[in-house]
Amino acid sequence: MSTFRAALSRELLVLWRSPAEIINPLFFFVMVISLFPLAISPKPETLALIAPGVLWVAALLAVMLSLDGLFRRDQESGVLEQLLTSPVMTVVPVTAKLLAHWLLTGLPLVLVSPVLAHMLQLPDRVLGVVMLSLLLGTPALTVIGAIGSALTVGLNRGGILLAVLVLPLYIPVLIFGAGVIRTAMEGGPVPGVLAILGALLALTASLGPLAVAAGLKISSGN
Amino acid sequence: MAFESFADFLAMGKHGFFVWTAYGISAVLVIANMVLALRGQGKVRETLARQQRRAEVDE
Amino acid sequence: MVWQTIKRWYHMLGSPRYFHTFSSRVLPWLTPIALITLVTGLVWGLAFAPSDYQQGNSYRIIFIHVPASSGALMGYMALGVSGLVAVVWRMKMAEVMLKAIAPFGAALAAISLITGSLWGKPTWGTYWQWDARMTSMLILLFMYVGVIALQNVIREPRQAARAAGLLAIVGVINVVIVKYSVEWVQTLHQGSTLKLFGESTINPAMKYPLLISMLGMWLLYAVNVLIRARSEVEWRERRSKWVQTLIREGGK
Repeated sequence: MSTFRAALSRELLVLWRSPAEIINPLFFFVMVISLFPLAISPKPETLALIAPGVLWVAALLAVMLSLDGLFRRDQESGVLEQLLTSPVMTVVPVTAKLLAHWLLTGLPLVLVSPVLAHMLQLPDRVLGVVMLSLLLGTPALTVIGAIGSALTVGLNRGGILLAVLVLPLYIPVLIFGAGVIRTAMEGGPVPGVLAILGALLALTASLGPLAVAAGLKISSGN
Repeated sequence: MAFESFADFLAMGKHGFFVWTAYGISAVLVIANMVLALRGQGKVRETLARQQRRAEVDE
Repeated sequence: MVWQTIKRWYHMLGSPRYFHTFSSRVLPWLTPIALITLVTGLVWGLAFAPSDYQQGNSYRIIFIHVPASSGALMGYMALGVSGLVAVVWRMKMAEVMLKAIAPFGAALAAISLITGSLWGKPTWGTYWQWDARMTSMLILLFMYVGVIALQNVIREPRQAARAAGLLAIVGVINVVIVKYSVEWVQTLHQGSTLKLFGESTINPAMKYPLLISMLGMWLLYAVNVLIRARSEVEWRERRSKWVQTLIREGGK
């Protein structure tokens, strides 16, 4: 546990020192969302109809793009090699890294989402559901995306390849994430759908770090 | 035989276009894939044979 | 007893050289059997099976659509199994299989989508519906693309195979979840009409040609995989004596 806490605070500190990596995904999220009223229609009815999907697709892309260089710095500085050969299980520092990354890039998206949802003309009564869905969904996106990121560490053509690998894996989270908001708007049974989203998070959070660790081992040729 | 004549067979009721396009595209994709597999095999053999000849000349 | 046989097979087929001799003995008769089975099933289905009382003759697309869909799905499952064996036990032949299985599976997924939409137009009036099966197949195609793309960018063949293997394992879990989640969103498709076991709602005069063309397609898939795996084995083992002898003798 103390190894975990030490790794977590180290990762948080490292990320905190490069604020661009925290701020850029957030701005990306806001910018992508503001494209839709301009491209489709500023009419409130139309916007409210597409809002759940727009919010979720934008969040998904923001998380995915923020993961592109997740392990690159560690690899360049040799920290990754150390981490893989250290006696501590690789899963522990990997989990700490993912948690730190989500706290500083995923959580801000959750926090600004009600503002954006309001701008997309979603009724106020669903704003809580919007936040909850992103709160449960974005950590799953971080973990799944990290698997792709781990498999592409050593390759210098990150972005598009990462998207090709990861986007199909994001689809269930996207469906249920946007689905919760739609269900809420139609007055359907929200807790059931939230439970499914929670189950997806439980699955990815428990098995995901193992896959990330395995991916890192493969990529470093061990 | 479920059809009265060959022309009937080609017409497939009114759906000749859909049925034959489906089968045509499928045939092209399957055959192309088989050809690519065989050509890959040929390429490997060719490269290896060339390397071998070069190695023997060097000796 | 059975377990020991399986174990022996595992070890024998795990050896690239044994696989190579084994496959060169199998291919000469498997290839004609596959082709004859597939052509028999397709000709039977296209020309001799009765027409459907609701859909007329457009339903005959089923004889290529279902074999392609089932082949694409089984192929991805096989990728997942090979991936597990390659990542956990680092078995060389599983790595070879990861490379050999993907291309034909991707082609079958594409065929399934194309024939499905050509069947959809006369049946429900549009080429494309975002229904559960078509959407799942589209995502399956994406995942095949991912596995192939990852293999193509990593130089070192063993590393490429294991990376693709891990992706395939995650992908198999994803396939199952995607299927349920897409069904949750909406279902517009007709219910499943073919069950291999138990009571089937499909007319037997249509069922047999369908089963035969399905078997033919799977066998052809196997032939394709064997051919691709053989060239991969020859390339990987190019420095070994037996491959050198093989090449010297003109590949016989």
